[in-house]
Amino acid sequence: MEIDLVEQIIIPVIKVLFIAHLLVIGVMAMIWSERRVSGWMQDRLGPNRVGPQGLLQPIADGIKFLFKEDLIPNHVDKPLYVLAPAMLLIPAMITIAVVPFGDSITIAGIEIPLQIADLNIGILYILAITSLGVYGVVIGAWASNNKYSLLGGLRSSAQMISYELTLGLAIIGILMLSSSLSLRTIAVEQGAFPWKWNFLIHFPAFLAFTAAMFAETNRLPFDLAEAEQELVAGYHTEYSSMKFAIFFMAEYMNMIVGSAVVVTLFLGGWHFFGLESIGGPFWSGVISFAIFFIKTGIFLFVFIWVRWTLPRFRYDQLMNFGWKFLLPVALSSIVVTGTLYIITGGSLVWIGIGNVVAAFIVVAIVAGMLAMDNNKPEVRSTPAAAPLRGLDAVE
Amino acid sequence: MNAEMILFFIFGAVSLIGAISVISFRHPIYSALSLIVTFFAQAGLFVLLGAHFVAAVQVIVYAGAIMVLFLFVIMLLNLGTLSEKGAMTGKLKGIAIILAILFAAEGIYIAVNAMTNTKVESAQAVTESFTITYIGELLFRDYLLPFEVTSLILLAALIGVIVLVKRESQTEN
Amino acid sequence: MSLEYYLILSALLFTIGVIGVLIRRNAIIIFMCIELMLNAANLAFVAISRDLGEAEGQLFVFFVMAVAAAEVAIGLAIIVSVFKHRETINVDEVNSLKG
Repeated sequence: MEIDLVEQIIIPVIKVLFIAHLLVIGVMAMIWSERRVSGWMQDRLGPNRVGPQGLLQPIADGIKFLFKEDLIPNHVDKPLYVLAPAMLLIPAMITIAVVPFGDSITIAGIEIPLQIADLNIGILYILAITSLGVYGVVIGAWASNNKYSLLGGLRSSAQMISYELTLGLAIIGILMLSSSLSLRTIAVEQGAFPWKWNFLIHFPAFLAFTAAMFAETNRLPFDLAEAEQELVAGYHTEYSSMKFAIFFMAEYMNMIVGSAVVVTLFLGGWHFFGLESIGGPFWSGVISFAIFFIKTGIFLFVFIWVRWTLPRFRYDQLMNFGWKFLLPVALSSIVVTGTLYIITGGSLVWIGIGNVVAAFIVVAIVAGMLAMDNNKPEVRSTPAAAPLRGLDAVE
Repeated sequence: MNAEMILFFIFGAVSLIGAISVISFRHPIYSALSLIVTFFAQAGLFVLLGAHFVAAVQVIVYAGAIMVLFLFVIMLLNLGTLSEKGAMTGKLKGIAIILAILFAAEGIYIAVNAMTNTKVESAQAVTESFTITYIGELLFRDYLLPFEVTSLILLAALIGVIVLVKRESQTEN
Repeated sequence: MSLEYYLILSALLFTIGVIGVLIRRNAIIIFMCIELMLNAANLAFVAISRDLGEAEGQLFVFFVMAVAAAEVAIGLAIIVSVFKHRETINVDEVNSLKG
């Protein structure tokens, strides 16, 4: 087997380096914009001292973290305590490998697809890797040997298993229509115009997927694993200096990768009204990347927006929401998409309408049953029983 | 020695070390983590064998769901290092290990023998990987009934667990 | 790369699982060893499937995984109930049915 040095080694390495650095820079940009946007939403300034508009604040924070003492408390389980941040960061970083961040670009006669690896099981890869993120949280929580951390870890593991189901089921409708697991194929099939993108065809699945994505990234309103008011800082209570910073980076990286996945699956990837095919083979690549970048950025803004809009769920509300609303909605999306695809011969309009109607019916039925349940006199669960109640929901 | 061989020995060694750690660590959390490492190495072996779909499902089901449940239970019950005292004392342990080694020898003997017997057949073996489309068609056409039965098994498990835990909480009240 | 390497590895993994079941008394670790044995069988399935050039072996792995998932859910629920009643999951101490 002959190895073409340029095409098989140099270009992939450049792509990997580019994306890895973009992710890290993206994390810094996210930290800055999160604080600034939060400030704007709360009618205050936010950090604005270091550099123009406070842009260098993340760098200052990073330097501060690096120079702090790398403290390992005496009561922790040392090997696992050290391992946990890496176990959270690595899955967050390698998920991006299968996400296409643009069309192909032609430089010096070589056509380069803007994607690190186009696996034919792309979506399964993403589900597999995101399901590993929970280990960092759980192991870190357990190794800290602290009851607040342990509670955070318990909550997180139950939450992750519950919402992963929705995450997986919500995309099956898309897979049925695209008949491919490759993310590039799914992005290409959606075409240039917003009314053919998956978020309209599978609107309930889109909402369910987004909610599950918020839960997987441990963001408000699903940040029970680190609920400051209840658990000090949850699973990273015992962490400081650079180890804490890595937890922090992993959370933001998960958000960025999650947004990129949502954009690819539901929001048309790098397409926008045919703008991506303007210009030659070089410029169309650049423009498609820019479109993808902007879309991901807009979705990241939604993350911050939701944070200051919705309060945190209580534990039983979290389980109810995941198992009694999101999961049935995702299931209904599968049934309706499959049925209407056969009946109407693949008419996207009918599938889109059918999905919304079915989701409304499902939500109405579940809400009605819950309301009937609440009218019965019942012993309410005590907060101490909450983790155990989670167990029956999990299994 | 080609690339597949090298990767096989790496993954094989990792999975063996992981498996031995599972049974030798005192603490269940470490055992669970070693088991996750083993599952990963096995997913790698599946990729080497061209079974990409199985590899992905291996990580999703085993590493992503089953082991998280294990960790959840270990943390929920707050299991420390339990006493391992019981019927299996030193001498019996030795016998168990000797028998197990005999068992392994038997397994290896069969593996090697089966290989020499079917050598003619396996010479024409197809080594390409199956596409996920082909596996899907096979699953939903030829093996539809077993697939549906699987869903029944999962349903039975679901109901069983709910009954187990429900009765618990009722007796508590 | 021949089939026998994979089968030998599978046999070794299975044996380690058997040893674990025999020498450990902690119910959770015994349970993990059972998972290990199932996985060793899966490895043999996939290896033979490639050797024969048929995809059926991979499907059986799929079914084994579904059964394993069901088994884990039930088994862990039983372990949790046993622990709640007996405060132990040492399988030799849970012996009230013994005459």
